[in-house]
Amino acid sequence: MSIENLQNLENAPVILQANHLVKTYTQSSGRFGFGSAQIKALDDVSLSLKAGSTLAVVGESGSGKSTLARCLLQLHPFDSGEVLFEGKDLAKLDANSLRSMRENLQMVFQDPFASLNPRMRVGEIVGEGLLIHGLGSASEKKNRAAEQKNKVQQMLERVGLSGSDALKYPHQFSGGQRQRIGIARALVLQPKVVVCDEPVSALDVSVQAQILLLLKELQHEMQLSYIFISHDLRVVRHIADEMVVMHKGKIVEQGKVVDIYNAPQQAYTQQLLSAIPGRKAA
Amino acid sequence: MSEILTINNLNVTPKNDPNRFLVKAAGFSLSPGKTTCIVGESGSGKSLTALTIMGLLSKQLQSSGSVVFKGEDITLLDNKSLQKIRGAKIGMIFQEPMTSLNPVLTVGYQIGESLTAHLGLKGSGLKLRVESLLQQVGIPIERANSYPDELSGGQRQRVMIAMSIACEPALLIADEPTTALDVTVQAQILQLLDELKTRMNMAMLFITHDFGVVADIADDVIVMFRGEIVETGTKKQVLEKPQHPYTKALLACVPDAEGKKQLKPIDYAWLKDGLNDKKAAA
Repeated sequence: MSIENLQNLENAPVILQANHLVKTYTQSSGRFGFGSAQIKALDDVSLSLKAGSTLAVVGESGSGKSTLARCLLQLHPFDSGEVLFEGKDLAKLDANSLRSMRENLQMVFQDPFASLNPRMRVGEIVGEGLLIHGLGSASEKKNRAAEQKNKVQQMLERVGLSGSDALKYPHQFSGGQRQRIGIARALVLQPKVVVCDEPVSALDVSVQAQILLLLKELQHEMQLSYIFISHDLRVVRHIADEMVVMHKGKIVEQGKVVDIYNAPQQAYTQQLLSAIPGRKAA
Repeated sequence: MSEILTINNLNVTPKNDPNRFLVKAAGFSLSPGKTTCIVGESGSGKSLTALTIMGLLSKQLQSSGSVVFKGEDITLLDNKSLQKIRGAKIGMIFQEPMTSLNPVLTVGYQIGESLTAHLGLKGSGLKLRVESLLQQVGIPIERANSYPDELSGGQRQRVMIAMSIACEPALLIADEPTTALDVTVQAQILQLLDELKTRMNMAMLFITHDFGVVADIADDVIVMFRGEIVETGTKKQVLEKPQHPYTKALLACVPDAEGKKQLKPIDYAWLKDGLNDKKAAA
């Protein structure tokens, strides 16, 4: 995070905004599961993502951060509230307009082993979005296919793989390489907002560093805005500009990363920060 | 001789490919009351080393070299004599507390199993001992009658710890015991392990990939890379003045909580040259 970036952050327009999101899950409980209990996964959650910046969502397991990611992208329905992308309420769009809107909203998933279809070649996985959205400038179908193939190859090369990898299957790659494929799949559509759900938590620390740097470079090149879900506060410190801290479905604290790390206001945030391993010794 | 365990020239290879070394010429020793951390990336051989000590290597693998525990080479023992040591004199904690506990037995029963097997405890004597163990790891004694699925992840890991220290082992091997846990829970478990180690004067072999955890808990550190030990030393030496190029490169990948550090991914090509230079110089 550069200083120039910080100053821009103040003036940057809001690209994605969530207002008062509520999501309740019903869980069976009691004897033989005949009873039911309501679990508030999101309890009046509001946040805003500024264009070109990274907003981290941190919290422990069960705090609702992954539910939030899915609700932001309309992958889960929510009970009430609204999600505005460039001022338009996504929940009010019909299926067709939402699908075309998804071009701008992409996701990188946590588990690079589970999130790639093992029966599809990498080229197909990365190119599927282009196909669905019919992207390309050529008017003829045949030319467009060639153009899409080109785009896939360029994207693969950009994330550090080679164009010929398009013909391979996911199992032929390591965890870090698979995460690169996942990133290529999300970015080939040139989205504006990318939600990264724990993109590096399944990776070795050396691979983690590569992926974090790649995400930062791509953000700069393609003017991406990231929502970065993570439980690792050291990673968040490196990649994010702003952050929200979630606890039991509620946002307990939000603000600039620098401010929160230097002077956490809430007891829960203080507890989280003091639990970072290695802080005492460092 | 103060060492409780000494490993010499330990090699692990697949049975059908004896020239491929998964662990190569590993050697180190552990002393009572000290925590030794093995760090390395996935595939570096850190878990295999631990499994070899316990004699739990998969049937497809073979090992050579000596593992001297209290003056006796335990690689020469038959399974029956090894069983007397395993669980009694050497305890082990695994990474995943969800899968290493039996879901159909109460946790009290599971903690008691090794006490019955190794010390012949039964009835009220057994009950008292189990309750005292639960108290030591910070679980209310009524929980003895609970099943694993009624406990949280942190509590399950506490049960695992209670099982592993039940017979007061001289050596405790912990294989990534906190990787699956939230940071605040991780901090508690690390503190518990550290207290138990001091109180029972155990030697602890702690396997992790997280340098933050190393900074919190280690006395000595062993760094493994592709099956070989590349560096050993006290925590201060390894973390502050790393000697080996791989250790330096690995440390440069670790994000810090202050966000001051520029992440630098490992350049394996450079590292290979670096290693060869070092070998040539030696």
